[in-house]
Amino acid sequence: MSTVLQNLVNQPYRHGFVTDIESDVVPKGLNEDVIRLISRKKKEPEWLLEFRLQAYRHWLTMQEPAWPNVKYPKIDFQDISYYSAPKAKKKLASMDEVDPELLRTFEKLGVPMHEQKALAGVAVDVIFDSVSVATTYKQRLAEVGVLFCSFSEAVRDHPDLVRKYLGSVVPAGDNFYAALNSAVFTDGSFCYIPKGVRCPMELSTYFRINTQESGQFERTLIVAEDRSYVSYLEGCTAPKFDTNQLHAAVVELVALDNAEIKYSTVQNWYAGDEQGIGGIYNFVTKRGLCRGINSKISWTQVETGSAITWKYPSCVLLGDNTIGEFYSVALTNHHQQADTGTKMVHIGSNTRSTIVSKGISAGLSNNSYRGLVKIGANARNARNYSQCDSMLIGDKCGANTFPYIQVNNSSAQVEHEASTSKIGEDQLFYFAQRGVGAEEAVSMIINGFCREVFTQLPMEFAVEATKLLGLKLEGSVG
Amino acid sequence: MNRKSVLEVRRLTARVAGVEILKGIDLTVYAGEVHAIMGPNGSGKSTFAKVLAGHPSYEVTDGEVTFEGRNLFDMAPEERARAGLFLGFQYPVEIPGVTNSSFLRLAYNTVQGARGKDELDPLEFDDYVQDKLKLLEMDPAFLERSVNEGFSGGEKKRNEILQLAILEPTLAILDEADSGLDIDALRIVANGVSRLRSPDNAIILVTHYQRLLNYITPDYVHVMDEGRIIKTGDKGLALELESRGYDWVADEFRSRQAA
Repeated sequence: MSTVLQNLVNQPYRHGFVTDIESDVVPKGLNEDVIRLISRKKKEPEWLLEFRLQAYRHWLTMQEPAWPNVKYPKIDFQDISYYSAPKAKKKLASMDEVDPELLRTFEKLGVPMHEQKALAGVAVDVIFDSVSVATTYKQRLAEVGVLFCSFSEAVRDHPDLVRKYLGSVVPAGDNFYAALNSAVFTDGSFCYIPKGVRCPMELSTYFRINTQESGQFERTLIVAEDRSYVSYLEGCTAPKFDTNQLHAAVVELVALDNAEIKYSTVQNWYAGDEQGIGGIYNFVTKRGLCRGINSKISWTQVETGSAITWKYPSCVLLGDNTIGEFYSVALTNHHQQADTGTKMVHIGSNTRSTIVSKGISAGLSNNSYRGLVKIGANARNARNYSQCDSMLIGDKCGANTFPYIQVNNSSAQVEHEASTSKIGEDQLFYFAQRGVGAEEAVSMIINGFCREVFTQLPMEFAVEATKLLGLKLEGSVG
Repeated sequence: MNRKSVLEVRRLTARVAGVEILKGIDLTVYAGEVHAIMGPNGSGKSTFAKVLAGHPSYEVTDGEVTFEGRNLFDMAPEERARAGLFLGFQYPVEIPGVTNSSFLRLAYNTVQGARGKDELDPLEFDDYVQDKLKLLEMDPAFLERSVNEGFSGGEKKRNEILQLAILEPTLAILDEADSGLDIDALRIVANGVSRLRSPDNAIILVTHYQRLLNYITPDYVHVMDEGRIIKTGDKGLALELESRGYDWVADEFRSRQAA
């Protein structure tokens, strides 16, 4: 019986192809010269090079964290190439001049790069290895004053904004991987929503790692000015290689007075094969700062890929009456390991946070929720509600919950609920006895289990997420 | 008039975890009949029900079973269900996160599809299910709850009968449909089952007690012991069992065997 289950969750990885494209790759290894080279290639201003070098020097003094509940061989940071870019023949003036091989790659992945073909209402920034290759709908967004471009362009065209906010949420020395990213990040997305503007379309970044021995270190910075709103989507895939690749991104969100940022991720990096060979190490720092009063930041993530996931999208609730939310589905199979969760740091008064985490473990995988809820001494009337549910498929996988709760103000209300369930033979037999086969049964059970999170996703993403889990929506919309 | 055979069981033996539980069962059920299978704990009643439905933990070691002329053991559990064999569970499992309405509709549409009939969309299905709810005196709010999650024992049993009413099977095997029910719930469940009795279908009631049979009069009462049917009678046998217990039937069987 468990083989039926195993087959069901073992949907083959569809994005595992490699694009044959000429790349400009910096030789492996990391030192100050490499960082200067990256900075020079990107024609960066002096202050940014300084930012990188300081981060690098700090990184050298740091230890790789050992506390996550994951196991992997020590990473040789000198065996990684820190820059890989598709060779551009000349400067691109429009989408039509993008290398057709690249366009085909993203078409295969279902990412629309041609604006006329694009999903209505979604602007896309596409990151291929280390650089951003295209951003759609720029013109239309510019009309309402929304800036949405690659990080490199932002450094060039809006240096003051970048300088003001870069590192303001995740400081260069925040943690081992954030420091590494700050030293070597190559590109990413930048998004700025001016005062009072409700972004007219969903913004989306699509990340693709193509080169075998390169790491991907991108940086995303989103700033929402007073009374603005933006919904941002992030998707990720990578080819199948039998070596592990490092993805160490940093995402910073800043919400000012009465602003709202909704950040959704469907992560489908290559997870390694059935024996656990290859796959992406996804060591990412994501943090949002609710700086202004009444602001709100909401993270929704569906984590299905990666050999190892190690990330905690967090909210720092600085302004009074601010709201932080975290909705997560993490699916692990085979030898995958996930140690993921969130941090909700309440600093302002009347701050509220909600955490809903759904972990699904199958095969020999290990899935941990780790979350911190911290109520500061001045956070009067803070509230948190956390719910962590685990589901086990088969009997060789593991699920753990590590909640940390620190309360320094007696007016706080903190709730934590946790549950563990299992898709068992008896459940599948119950479905079968009502005429429903195992595949549809598992689909329905998992959809039901994840429903609270899926309803938080924008429509197209919800569909993609459901498909990603190898499931059909049929029946659960009742 | 030729009677239509629904189920024919011949010399059925089966085991679970290496232990032989069913030791040669013979039973024929015709359309329109109600059979009660009674017997002490551990006599193999529930095992028999689960083997017919195809529970993967039970291994059929010998014998034949035909369901409406088809070899039952050629059919996967879900195929048996689609062909019209229904098992009302003694202990229905909980399925958190899946609403009753979506579960019932998926089951209904799957079975309808297998019968070559039209599926119902959510609105049509709601109309259909409301009538069935009334039959079992159930609150419509119950449809939005997760399948069996947090249900009382009585609610779980009523939910089984609701599914029976929705799926309209040819053969309903109800495993202890009456256990754990108070007198009102028993009346409701029993009335629900009685209303589904028709000349075209058959019902097998697996039960410990006679009280359910006050509401649903069986055509046959079988006594099971140690994996065999050791006595068959009519409604009167059930009453006799209630007053005298099971031991005398077993003694009678043993002396017959010895002779």
